[in-house]
Amino acid sequence: MNTEITGVILMFIATIALAIPFGKYIAKVYAGERTFLDPVFNRVEKFFFRISRIDPNKEMNWKQHLVTLLTINLIWFLFGMLMLMNQRWLPLNPDGNPSMTPDCAFNTTVSFVSNTNLQHYSGETGVSYLGQLILQLFQFISAGTGMAAVAVVFCALKERTADKLGNFYNFFIKSCTRILLPISFVVAIILVFNGTPMTFKGKDTIISLQGDTVHVSRGPAASMIAIKQVGTNGGGFYGANSAHPLENPTYLTNVVENISIILISIALVFALGFYLKRKKLALMIFGVMIIGVLIFLIPTIIQEMKGNSAIAKMGIDQTAGSMEGKEVRLGSAASAYWSIITTVTSNGSVNAMHDSFTPLSGMFIMLGMMINSFFGGVGVGFLNFYIFIIIAVFISGLMVGRTPEFLGKKVEAREMKIAMIIFLLHPLLILSGTALSSYVIHIHPGLPWLNNPGYHGFSEMLYEYTSSSANNGSGFEGLGDTPSVFWNITCGFVMLVSRFLPIIGPVAIAGLLAKKKYIPESAGTLKADTVTFGIMVFAVIAILVALSFFTALALGPIAEYFSK
Amino acid sequence: MKRQRKTPLFQGDLVKEALKQSFVKLDPRILYRNPVMFTVEIGTFIMLLVCLWILKGDHLQGSFAYNFFIFIILLLTVLFANFAEALAEARGKAQANSLRKTREETPAKLIQSFGEIMLKEIKIVSSSLLKKGDIFFCETGDIVPADGEIIEGIATIDESAITGESAPVIREAGGDKSSVTGGTRVLSDKIKVKVTAKPGESFLDKMIAMVENATRQKTPNEIALTILLAGFTLIFIIVCVTLQPFSLYAHTPIPIAAFISLFVCLIPTTIGGLLSAIGIAGMDRALRANVIAKSGKAVETAGDLDTILLDKTGTITIGNRKATNFYPAAGVNENDLIKACALSSLADETPEGKSIVELSGKNIPINMLSTEGATLIKFSAETRTSGVNLQNGIQLRKGAADAIKRLSVDAGNPFPEEIQKKVEEISSNGGTPLVVSENKKIIGVIELQDIIKPGIWERFERLRKMGVKTVMVTGDNPLTAKYIAEKAGVDDFIAEAKPEDKLEYIRKEQQKGKLVAMMGDGTNDAPALAQADVGVAMNSGTAAAKEAGNMVDLDNDPTKLIEVVEIGKQLLMTRGTLTTFSIANDVAKYFAIVPALFMVSIPALASLNIMHLYSPQSAILSAIIFNAIIIPLLIPLALKGVAYKPIGASALLRRNLSIYGLGGIILPFIGIKLIDLIISTII
Repeated sequence: MNTEITGVILMFIATIALAIPFGKYIAKVYAGERTFLDPVFNRVEKFFFRISRIDPNKEMNWKQHLVTLLTINLIWFLFGMLMLMNQRWLPLNPDGNPSMTPDCAFNTTVSFVSNTNLQHYSGETGVSYLGQLILQLFQFISAGTGMAAVAVVFCALKERTADKLGNFYNFFIKSCTRILLPISFVVAIILVFNGTPMTFKGKDTIISLQGDTVHVSRGPAASMIAIKQVGTNGGGFYGANSAHPLENPTYLTNVVENISIILISIALVFALGFYLKRKKLALMIFGVMIIGVLIFLIPTIIQEMKGNSAIAKMGIDQTAGSMEGKEVRLGSAASAYWSIITTVTSNGSVNAMHDSFTPLSGMFIMLGMMINSFFGGVGVGFLNFYIFIIIAVFISGLMVGRTPEFLGKKVEAREMKIAMIIFLLHPLLILSGTALSSYVIHIHPGLPWLNNPGYHGFSEMLYEYTSSSANNGSGFEGLGDTPSVFWNITCGFVMLVSRFLPIIGPVAIAGLLAKKKYIPESAGTLKADTVTFGIMVFAVIAILVALSFFTALALGPIAEYFSK
Repeated sequence: MKRQRKTPLFQGDLVKEALKQSFVKLDPRILYRNPVMFTVEIGTFIMLLVCLWILKGDHLQGSFAYNFFIFIILLLTVLFANFAEALAEARGKAQANSLRKTREETPAKLIQSFGEIMLKEIKIVSSSLLKKGDIFFCETGDIVPADGEIIEGIATIDESAITGESAPVIREAGGDKSSVTGGTRVLSDKIKVKVTAKPGESFLDKMIAMVENATRQKTPNEIALTILLAGFTLIFIIVCVTLQPFSLYAHTPIPIAAFISLFVCLIPTTIGGLLSAIGIAGMDRALRANVIAKSGKAVETAGDLDTILLDKTGTITIGNRKATNFYPAAGVNENDLIKACALSSLADETPEGKSIVELSGKNIPINMLSTEGATLIKFSAETRTSGVNLQNGIQLRKGAADAIKRLSVDAGNPFPEEIQKKVEEISSNGGTPLVVSENKKIIGVIELQDIIKPGIWERFERLRKMGVKTVMVTGDNPLTAKYIAEKAGVDDFIAEAKPEDKLEYIRKEQQKGKLVAMMGDGTNDAPALAQADVGVAMNSGTAAAKEAGNMVDLDNDPTKLIEVVEIGKQLLMTRGTLTTFSIANDVAKYFAIVPALFMVSIPALASLNIMHLYSPQSAILSAIIFNAIIIPLLIPLALKGVAYKPIGASALLRRNLSIYGLGGIILPFIGIKLIDLIISTII
């Protein structure tokens, strides 16, 4: 078999094989059981909890959880703005990079707090090393926020009636120190040994083969690349992200990074099974998600390996696949694999330019973000999926002649209202953002926004808002988004709204359901852990997303595909 | 004769009334309650404006004929939905009217009273003047003028006007069968009745009001579903509104007619149009089963029931115990025993006693039993024996084992071991042993057995498959109860049950989160009926019981609970399946309309026209025509309900998902293509 394909398959299997034991570990962490890092962190945590007067054992209801979550994020947000706007004169700035302008600092902080990591700056020149370190801190905070939120939902799904659902600070700290930190550490070590810089020294200078003097940006890169992948952040140290040879030097680092992009998102699904002792439920969810991923993954790999027919017409050899915008050291299959994995999760780091992918691959990449719950971002992916489960439970519950219930709790008008609002939000943001920019371009055809006219230009706009709304952060990059205030403001707004509402909604639903009376299962109950229900959830996701985005996709990638 | 339950779906006069109502319901003040159809109405109105606009000379929106045609189809879509609702309402009202006929003014023989003292004077007043607490008098041939409780007398009453059951029933003062309903007819005897309901608040009045108000109040599940449908409507508003700037960018002008057609096709009009009809039809189905639900919610809850409590007598077993066997003691001739049994039971008026005489009659002709000069000793609950002292001095006694045992042992006679064994054997088989003595010497045993209703096992099996646990309530001892419970196939039983036990059991189940139903008739059942999530009171029961329950069964049929559960499930299933169908339909509609929108300016998108529809216009027309006619086509399904099959939740979901989900995807492809073929031949 083709080695490229073998590599991709092995990577896929290794990811799942690692995710199962890791999921068990996460379940242990959230259940409050002893883990191997307790001796190291317990004392430190105790100290910090004491001086900040937080009792990590005091349980909170869902509203208190959300208030805490938003407070933590707001405080770090203000801190981040302040630091980035003053980085020029703060320490750790060997390259003498300037402070960020207020609007750029706002955009960057929103982007990192929201786990999106859309970067409207270039890492080499836009931020100091201190700035990079702060951004790394945000990569932990935003990932930890999402995971703590999902821990609250896990707690709410237990078979009982409860108001109190654990302590947010506890879930948050544990997510960062027991889950994110250890893997990031391992990944960073592997990167360092493969050539990624990890230093506070300034630019290095080399003489190239042609005799030119080249300045090479360095810095504390390995640690950032590790957490950007592990925490589905995606914001790279360098502008070119994981396509940059220092961010992703070898095929091995590509494998390691690729596994770490989706590892926690998959592990969280298994963690749900271990935590609730409902392994079949976890398998159902995993099944739906993995089939969804494969549906995007397989045609994308085939498309990219087949090559680009438009370039083939120019007489350029396409036997290595469609290599425009791809790194030769990684190849077309691994790049296609990465592109899907990074978009089904809300990671958004790239090792190839998505703009150059063939039209249908571009569509699958976008669909991954439109669904945003086939594993999805750490924590938040499951929260999005939970919304689809609630909708599926409602419809299928009726179809078996019972008022709908999920895991023994009745789903009623209030939960449906929240679920529908959260579901509507994503298409609303994506479609209205794209509509707005389409309209502006229609009125001002001369604007230098789009590098490509026609369908592909439309795809670029659609991609930008999809990526922002999915908190993905990758770009079609053909879009001239860096200098424009329009994109800064609209995308910033989209990121902020699409980050926090889809956390608030599912936590609220779970909290409301947790308070309800628990109804034991009977033969008439629709069980959620069956293949049939899995098909139902899949159908709900497929139909709802297709119905929401069909018109937009038809005018973008589909029109482009048929026009070849 | 039962009242005709199956009125045809489209009965002439009902249809006429429904047609009229469909137009009345176009009033936006009425229609806004249904967000889906309300948006369609707005779309229709916009199309009307477009048509007027074209008449004034606009050329961008296409031909007048095409736009007008779309306007007509959209209007029809709203009318069809209104018609579905109106037809369901009309059917409900027809049912109510037939009941109301019995409410026509009837003369009442009011007994004048002076304070607490009843006077002998009787005054004829109109039934509508009766107040709560008044006492009236009824005799043979009279129509009972109002709901009330018999305070004196016993009568046979024809309740066919209410229940459709022509067999007369007996109602008497005291006990649990003391209530009479206005509109029924006294066939024999005389009764004095105290009015229990104010005028206009009688049971029938409430029922009629309920049937007529069925549309006014939405049940919690309906509200949740409306939210879901409103959500889908919003999605498609977003899709259609954003399509405008998209098309500007793509230099593809889209006419208003196409926008509105796309929108109307995509929003869930099918379920939106049929939703209230489904709800009304559910209550109507309950009414047809002669069950009156006090609210739509009660019917919905019935579909969710986890546990139902059933009285043994009358539900699981046929009436009372019956004699099934005679076992003579050692050295006693069987025929002698049978004769003794029959003679000793002649004075036993209880159903058990009668059944002994009946069974013995099979062996010995009744005329052989001479009781000339004999003294009959009547059965009494105190002695628990009955018997006869014959002319020749022979004393025959029959009764409960321990009573007869004491009688014989006191007289110095032994209680034979084989008799003791037989007694125990019968008890452990769920039967009741009666012992017979002759001159205080034991001569044999009679076995009484409960007769389990034929087919009851299958019904419980069906309930079990639905996930409903059945509990038998009986006054029998635990041993007997267990035996019958096993034989009938119920899951649990409450033996030696007192009314408090039922309440206790219901509370216990509810604490576990289960929904419990029970059926009862007596005043002492009222607390349990009120506590149960679904309490079905029998119409023959006391006013207190009827007040406490949230459903009333006009047939007094204890197995009705099973039907009620199925009606509730059907109601929810019909909603679920039609929602699925409605949304699944959108796939095909997208493939019809989206290529039609863009084909002209983006020829590449013609590849999406997988149905090869004739032209963009014909594609849009076919889609909205399909969208409109599917509503009346599904009215029968909405009114009849989707058949419930107790095959387990997952299997049921698979079945409905493949019929209404997959079918909902495929059917419109065929339908739209067919309509397009017809249109293309016309054009």
